[in-house]
Amino acid sequence: MGASIEIEDVSKRFKLYQEKAHSLKERVVKLGRLPYEEFWALRNIDLEVAQGETVGLLGHNGSGKSTLLKCVTGILRPTSGRIRKAGRVAALLELGSGMHPELTGRENIFMNGSILGLSKAHVARIFDDIVAFSEIEHFIDQQVKHYSSGMQARLAFAVAVNVDPEILVIDEVLSVGDEAFARKCLDRIKQFQREGRTILFVTHNADLTRQICDRAAVLDHGHQVMVGPPGEAVLAFRDTLLKRGLDPLAEAGITAEWGTTKQVRIVGAQIIYADPTAGHALPDEPVKVRLEYDAPERVDDVAFAMNIHDQNGNLLVGTNSDLLGLDIPSVRGRGEVTFNLDRVPLLDGVYVVSLGVHSHDAGTSYDHRDQKDFIEVLNTTKTVGLVHFPMHVDISSASHDTQAAL
Amino acid sequence: MASITAPTDRSAPHLADVSSRPNALQRVVNVWRYRELLVSLVRKELKVKYKNSVLGFVWSLLNPALYLVVFYVVFKYFLGAGLPNFAIFLLAGLLPWNLFGVALGAATGSIVQNPSLVTKVWFPREILPLASIGAGLVHFVLQTIVLLGALLIFRSAPSPTFMCLIPVALLALVLFLAAMSVGLAAINVYARDTQHLLELVLLAWFWMTPIVYAYEMVAQKSIGGVAVGNKLLLNPITGIVITFQRAIYNKVDVITKPNGVPTVTHVLPPHGILWYLAILGITIVVSLVLLYGAFHIFGRLEDNFAEEI
Repeated sequence: MGASIEIEDVSKRFKLYQEKAHSLKERVVKLGRLPYEEFWALRNIDLEVAQGETVGLLGHNGSGKSTLLKCVTGILRPTSGRIRKAGRVAALLELGSGMHPELTGRENIFMNGSILGLSKAHVARIFDDIVAFSEIEHFIDQQVKHYSSGMQARLAFAVAVNVDPEILVIDEVLSVGDEAFARKCLDRIKQFQREGRTILFVTHNADLTRQICDRAAVLDHGHQVMVGPPGEAVLAFRDTLLKRGLDPLAEAGITAEWGTTKQVRIVGAQIIYADPTAGHALPDEPVKVRLEYDAPERVDDVAFAMNIHDQNGNLLVGTNSDLLGLDIPSVRGRGEVTFNLDRVPLLDGVYVVSLGVHSHDAGTSYDHRDQKDFIEVLNTTKTVGLVHFPMHVDISSASHDTQAAL
Repeated sequence: MASITAPTDRSAPHLADVSSRPNALQRVVNVWRYRELLVSLVRKELKVKYKNSVLGFVWSLLNPALYLVVFYVVFKYFLGAGLPNFAIFLLAGLLPWNLFGVALGAATGSIVQNPSLVTKVWFPREILPLASIGAGLVHFVLQTIVLLGALLIFRSAPSPTFMCLIPVALLALVLFLAAMSVGLAAINVYARDTQHLLELVLLAWFWMTPIVYAYEMVAQKSIGGVAVGNKLLLNPITGIVITFQRAIYNKVDVITKPNGVPTVTHVLPPHGILWYLAILGITIVVSLVLLYGAFHIFGRLEDNFAEEI
């Protein structure tokens, strides 16, 4: 397979003017030399996307992923380096790409088509497909400014996927619109993959990355952290988020603030993997979650609790020492409590551990340690989803014909 | 750019460089390939301009009609300095000027006013200022209706010989306009005052161009002891405007009777068609050089349009 997009050592510098001086007077007065700071949005990016490959770009806001997409589409020109591509690119950059609010949906389809380099006759041929895909037949002759954001996204996506591009560039657009339409877009993306088209795809969504990407690249402040299999890339992406002190759970809105008495304090916690050097667990390996406590005074009414959430804030398990059948008569001084997980039946990802100490009825909370510890699971298969079901597949058939057909 | 070629054979990709600056010639080729977009953008500009207005295109006829009435009244009756068939004379110069002034104003703002296109999709950016010129040409054609009406009312006949120069004059105008538009549209992204400054410059430029007065009236004067003569032609619009006047107004000299005494007033240069053609030829050559420079400047400034807007 030849390369479809070749990004060679691409850097992009922006000049951030301290005072945005757009006026001619200021330029003339300062002879065009305004004080500015250099800002490198991209630094030495190297990425080759093969024909028919789907590559995801992961990165926090401001990591340069959108700048890279804009360089690939030619909207921005890199400061140094070279980008080459083979074939027509249809780009979906943000909402309503290239839609003019004053024009109707119909007029916008034709204008978008000609922006993508199609003749009017060509657009007329695919017009019905576009409208059918967008599901906004009734509004097609209304001005786009009256459309909801979901409708605009539908129309833009419908145009982009129906113009027969060799390369589809998508920036976070699947997050708009309802679930049914997102599903439909995903189906179309998968059809594109089967047809051997190249897709470059920006997303925050780890599941989507695992689901549709062949490879993914992680960007962090303009630097390329890694390129590799989607599972590893998702882990690397989360590492960059955690290093920057960005809480991946914060967006999911998981915060638990309640008063604690500090009669028993959690002084430390550890995640212990089967292979202590790996830094992650494979789905069938055991994991220990160890908690260190310190109770200056004797406490009689005590239970230790552990919750594990996924990155989206879904509770996977919530348990405590009482529920696990351990009756702790009392604690005094320092000690350790270990939750022994025989297996972590999860597909890859980073799972967030929260620990707590409370009274048996949970009426009094002594201390808690929220979202500070993480269990990393590396999935070596391409199975998608959340749960690692132990399973295998069989086939039995009545005749040889069926087998041949399969 | 490969992005505009027909779908290629997927097994044999041809890699095209998207990160290097195309040269001026490649830019022209790109614009030509995107000519359908140019047409749709012209249509868009016209549609958006008159969307939700009852009179629609009538508005673009009302502009020269109003100018005509005001100037006619002021010059003929207030100043008493009118030429015979002053309406025809005025329109002959006003129409090309309107094309120039209105299109240049629109083109200068064309890139900053289309962020939804410039920041989201790739296409040759020069198309935007060129589309403003296209829309200006449509208005120009509509406004000639007013001129034709005036010609009928005043029973004034244009010169058949000099009418052949109109397409040449129009070509010179469009080329000069294209050079100015492409250059100013790019500069305006970085220095937004350009469009406001341009309004003032255009106002002065209008009065420096023999539209409401005749070329020869000024050419024969001397300012500070220096004869004006054909220094007026340093203004590239002058050559175009006097060609339109020569063809449509079709009078080199007129006889007026300001005090009851018949006096000959010189209006236009009393030269043959070749003289006019030479002026236009020079304008075209100069415009082509300017256009090349404008494409070059545009190419350098274009790199960060999407960020600066």
